[in-house]
Amino acid sequence: MAAQAKVAPEGLLLDDVILRAEQITKIYPGTVALNKVDFNVYRGKVNVLVGENGAGKSTLMKILAGVEQPTEGRLLLEGREIAPRSPREAEHLGIGIIYQELNLFPNLNVSENIFIAHELTHGGVVIQQQEQERRARALLERLEHPIDPKMLVQDLRIGQQQVVEIAKALALDVRILIMDEPTSALSDAEVRVLFKVIDELKANGVTIIYISHKLEELLQIGDYITVLRDGHKVAEAPMSQVNLAWIVERMVGRDTASDYRPPQHPFGDVILRVEGMSLPKHGGGELVSDVSFSLRAGEILGIYGLMGAGRTELFECLMGLRPQATGEVWLAGKKLSGGIDQRIAHGLVLIPEDRQREGLVPELSVAHNMLLASLKRYLQRFFLSSAKENASVARMINDLAIKVANPQFPVASLSGGNQQKVVVAKGLLTEPKVLLMDEPTRGIDVGAKQEIFDLARRLAARGLGIVFVSTELKEIMTIADRILVMSKGKITRELSRAEATQQALVEASAIGHELVRKDS
Amino acid sequence: MADAKLQSSETVSIARTFRGRVTLQGLLVQLRAFIALILLLTFFTIVSEPFTKESNQIILAKQVAINAILGIGMTFVILTGGIDLSVGSIVGLTGMIAGGLINEGLVLEPLNKVVYFNVWMVGLISILVGMFVGLINGILITRFNVAPFIATLGTLYMARGFSLLRNNGATFPNLIGKPELHNTGFPKLGAGTFLGLPYSIWIMIGLGLLAIFITKKTPFGRQVYAIGGNRRAAELSGVRVKTITLLTYVISGFCAAVVGLIVTSQLVASHPSTGETWELNAIAAVVLGGTSLAGGRGTILGTIVGAFVIGVLRNGMILEGLSSFWQMVITGFVIILAVIIDQVQQQLQERKR
Repeated sequence: MAAQAKVAPEGLLLDDVILRAEQITKIYPGTVALNKVDFNVYRGKVNVLVGENGAGKSTLMKILAGVEQPTEGRLLLEGREIAPRSPREAEHLGIGIIYQELNLFPNLNVSENIFIAHELTHGGVVIQQQEQERRARALLERLEHPIDPKMLVQDLRIGQQQVVEIAKALALDVRILIMDEPTSALSDAEVRVLFKVIDELKANGVTIIYISHKLEELLQIGDYITVLRDGHKVAEAPMSQVNLAWIVERMVGRDTASDYRPPQHPFGDVILRVEGMSLPKHGGGELVSDVSFSLRAGEILGIYGLMGAGRTELFECLMGLRPQATGEVWLAGKKLSGGIDQRIAHGLVLIPEDRQREGLVPELSVAHNMLLASLKRYLQRFFLSSAKENASVARMINDLAIKVANPQFPVASLSGGNQQKVVVAKGLLTEPKVLLMDEPTRGIDVGAKQEIFDLARRLAARGLGIVFVSTELKEIMTIADRILVMSKGKITRELSRAEATQQALVEASAIGHELVRKDS
Repeated sequence: MADAKLQSSETVSIARTFRGRVTLQGLLVQLRAFIALILLLTFFTIVSEPFTKESNQIILAKQVAINAILGIGMTFVILTGGIDLSVGSIVGLTGMIAGGLINEGLVLEPLNKVVYFNVWMVGLISILVGMFVGLINGILITRFNVAPFIATLGTLYMARGFSLLRNNGATFPNLIGKPELHNTGFPKLGAGTFLGLPYSIWIMIGLGLLAIFITKKTPFGRQVYAIGGNRRAAELSGVRVKTITLLTYVISGFCAAVVGLIVTSQLVASHPSTGETWELNAIAAVVLGGTSLAGGRGTILGTIVGAFVIGVLRNGMILEGLSSFWQMVITGFVIILAVIIDQVQQQLQERKR
């Protein structure tokens, strides 16, 4: 394997480098994000960039896209030195970017978002609304997601928003398109569509720079791969010469391959029982349709389904966030009612899907975020006891191996994986009986993912019941003791770990979708 | 054991360098309100002889106390991302309620009877009225989803209207009460002193300490910051967003009522138009003190310092005989300057990430 990697650089010369980053160094106060990194981008190819969180991928992309300027080093586009000082300048040079975190305006509609700052106008003054909508519709159809261009972005699910983000970049006619984890919120079917679009773009001469944590996906789509670790470039190779083990080895310097490990502990009694949970949809139909299941203490129940299958909505119903929902939730023999604060008090806690928007308060420190859901536990008469608080925070940082120099630092200064651990810690400090985890590994690196899995197993071994939602097949197969598949708001299949196969899960997750196509 | 020791000493040293970095890069901006205050005090001490006189200092502090108390209540509201425009009108209304109760008593028409309360009851009733207006604000905002700006703009008009209606636009003069009615002593609140300082200053200090304690040391305070920082995350953490938000308006109403009583007592009369535009002074103090209008960031101490900056500036300008028109121009300029500095600080912090 190593021999292959050494041979690789000579083979690289065969293709044409359109954009080259030379000896890029980026220093932030206190940290060196990039250290003399070289990065070659090959014309008309999918150039994959991988590395764990904090390896410097996003920083490098921000430099290419003009968001940040390098401390040292230079960029060569077609052999000419460039120094884009803003995303707009980079766009003029033909470099577009789709960011990892969604950058959309929830208060504007889809077509307005797609053409924001590049509005089609009559004489530079009046917006050509209908033309924008027509083109937006065409773009979305090309992406096989006929979302109504007049819909407000805030009414779209995250997967749909990601599609809009991609359409926005496509509308710019760029030569080089940077995609920073475009699939982190997409289901397999949506990813396939994206890959088709990428092939199409390649055929049209567009160069792609592609960042993702889903390594199988990279093997499938990538032409060249560059691996970063701790701000250094550690390897570059044509994708045809590498395999998964090679990538993981370069990325983390250790083997993270892991499979399902059957629990070593016996399950307890049924701790969570859901009966006939339904949630009506705005304008007819149901988002969640007559869902019933039960969960035993110590068990990890996986829920798999595509975007829009109703997994997130089901969790919201369980937490009492949807007053229109009907059905019963029993926790440890008690029927739950009331709002989310009462349900948390009874021992049910949610780790939400979108940690930036729903999990964390960016202005507050790591410690204050952790304590937010369990403040009453630290009361001594009328005030919060710092001693008790600090003890809990220290325990969680130690227990979950959260990498933070000082719990008083703002939570926004942590990496994605550590931020997610803070959200989990916040949930655990409420001393729950059941943990609902909604895509807890979204947008975090392989190492942190593994830690989240290990953590879930450890918590289950302590007697917690865990419901784990994911759109990644492999993830569900790795973590869950039992799997429910949802489609169109219904549970379409229940599988024990022994009978679960990827094939079975995929088939069950598509139930309902074919029928709709036949009808329409 | 050895491991744990090592870890903790490491954490301490990192914390130190972190703090050190903060003081280096941003002492000036972090403490800008304090620095501005010290600069102003130094400046007026040098150029204005009467500024340093004890009598002037007391007048200054009394003026500051009024704005600071309003600002304390306002800070809670703004920390949640809201705004309370009704506080000036609440000041006027509670003053009129107190004045009316002392001079006219409570007229129970069907019984043909007039009830007079002692000054403690008068104070309590007035404060309850202020809190009631705050409660209405809170209900409008949390139950009927009226935008805070609109809801409190509405109650600004309504409270002022009731204040004028109370005595048909006229003043309640000479609020000294009558010994036979057992309601004397009201002017003491405005005129009395303790250790040489007027009561209003002690009230400011007391409410300030209480508010600092609440924001820093109670679940309520922590949750106020969380709501302003990320409402959705707060809700999903089980924070009772609506209840907490509603309470901040009640607190603001309470503070406004306290100010209403102080001012009425100082004047020994209640004017229905007392407190007009005071809400803007309070907002200015809050913003000068570094609280973000978007919510989630700010401190009570900052607001109090902000109130001092405004008070010293105004007092000094008056003593120097600056026209009141120029005073307005300069006050406005200072507020804008403060917000610009705030933005610079934000950028510095973000760059640090």
